[in-house]
Amino acid sequence: MPIVDDIAGLRRVLTRSRVVAVVGLSEHWHRPSYFAAKYLLDHGYRIIPVNPNHTEILGEKCYPDLASVPGSVDIVDCFRHAEDIPPIAAEAVAKGAKVLWMQIGIRSEEGARIALAGGLDVVMNRCVKIEHARVMGGLHWAGVNTGVISARRPA
Amino acid sequence: MPDRKFGFDTLCLHAGHVPDSETGARALPIYQTTSFVFDSADHAASLFNLQTFGNVYSRISNPTVAALEERVAALEGGRAALAAATGMAAQMVALLTLARHGDHIVAARTLYGGTFSQLATTFAQFGIDATFVDADDPEAFRRALKPNTKAIYAETIGNPQLNICEIAALAEVAHSVGIPLVIDNTLASPYLCRPFEHGADIVVHSVTKYLGGHGTTMGGILVESGKFPWDNGNFPQMTEASRGYHGVRFYETFGDFGFTMKARMETMRTLGPTLAPLSAFLLLQGIETLHLRMPRHCESALAVARHLAAHRAVEWVNYPLLEGNRYEKLAQRYLPGGAGGILTFGVKGGAAAGERFIESVQFLSHLANVGDAKSLVIHPASTTHRQLSEDEQRAAGVTPEMIRLSIGLETLDDILWDVDQALEKSQR
Repeated sequence: MPIVDDIAGLRRVLTRSRVVAVVGLSEHWHRPSYFAAKYLLDHGYRIIPVNPNHTEILGEKCYPDLASVPGSVDIVDCFRHAEDIPPIAAEAVAKGAKVLWMQIGIRSEEGARIALAGGLDVVMNRCVKIEHARVMGGLHWAGVNTGVISARRPA
Repeated sequence: MPDRKFGFDTLCLHAGHVPDSETGARALPIYQTTSFVFDSADHAASLFNLQTFGNVYSRISNPTVAALEERVAALEGGRAALAAATGMAAQMVALLTLARHGDHIVAARTLYGGTFSQLATTFAQFGIDATFVDADDPEAFRRALKPNTKAIYAETIGNPQLNICEIAALAEVAHSVGIPLVIDNTLASPYLCRPFEHGADIVVHSVTKYLGGHGTTMGGILVESGKFPWDNGNFPQMTEASRGYHGVRFYETFGDFGFTMKARMETMRTLGPTLAPLSAFLLLQGIETLHLRMPRHCESALAVARHLAAHRAVEWVNYPLLEGNRYEKLAQRYLPGGAGGILTFGVKGGAAAGERFIESVQFLSHLANVGDAKSLVIHPASTTHRQLSEDEQRAAGVTPEMIRLSIGLETLDDILWDVDQALEKSQR
């Protein structure tokens, strides 16, 4: 399975996913991870904070690692340095997650290889909030060139 | 499957607008509203914190204006855009987002007069200093750089000299000291030149001109390429917690459209030169035919230039793509599809003959604008530059016999006829 990098693929990944484990979520409202998690909450996703330093963020119970998260996870959204990604990718495979998502500025070929081998979709160096807004219409608000060309009425 | 790279003509018609989700309306709705309701107190808080994207107040954003913004961003091959009430407002918002009190800008000496005044007079009042240099000499820009220089500013095509900017060379100078190159691309339009492809970082437009194309509506826009490294140490306002927007770090939070977000949420929000939704709608009607209009403007302007060059009542003709023009080589590089619709020429007989020419044209409109669908004419020495002495006029590139034409979309033979009969009367 190739890395997801086109509008149709991103739309598929974001549409079929509901539960997002946010690894490295900050408790500070002005941090990018908090922006992204709050945005996903506001757009109908369930957020599971993963951060060993906290017990609750955004009103959701926070877990120290992916393995401790009960139930299933669709997207593992990583706000961690590239060198931390491979073990998270292995945990995501073990957890049965559907997507390994590396945030903007994060590229780990090794992490991608592990996740792809485990049957996951992989998104790399993209922000989940920006991409959701781009392909679902919200980013248009900010005057951003979304690349969306269509004569279909949005659902 | 990789996303399709749509052609320029398709983008002119579609970028930034899909049918309305509520009604299915195919044309762009005009959202003539100042404000937008919040779903809840929490939704309002999320919007104000920029944690969710959405409209609050039309001074900051409006769905009709957003369609124009995205369309021009797409046409320029940029990442994001912010519309403004006029071209002057757009460049002001761009430059005030880059430079603050104590900073410095290096600009081409040939800038449009209004821009020159904005930098030399108004920005000076804000404590932002500008140095104006020989537009043809990239090394002159380099020599004028100071430790506090925050931008290099130039125009793709100057007016009325019609000098062509060596964008790639200026980009190299700017990037050598970690500052952006800002290019006013008004007279080329993105159809003829896309400055980002040559290294520019920010593009500004008077949308009033060729983009709008009808001479009905004022508007401006700034576009960012999304490629400038704002974290290089020269722009702490992009990387440090914003005082103007409760602690947001614009580059870290919004990445490659962080500059546009800062321009929108700080500069535009607090200064307020917003584009009206109806204006955005009207300007978009023009952009839908940009790709059809620009080739015609260019073909007719070149034909008029060649015709004038062979005319006995004409001393000289200036059109960048005219054979032998001093900017011919640069124009072939930066404007291979045509050098726009504007040309200047010298009528034999000096200022008096120039005035007689203007008074004798029949359907060429005598007014102070360019880039209209209709052909326009002006005699700068007796109008736009009248308050200057002849020496000052020459320094500004204006000679007594100079006539400026902005060639429109009328039948070419009719344009040539009107020029010919007016030239004949100018010589009596």
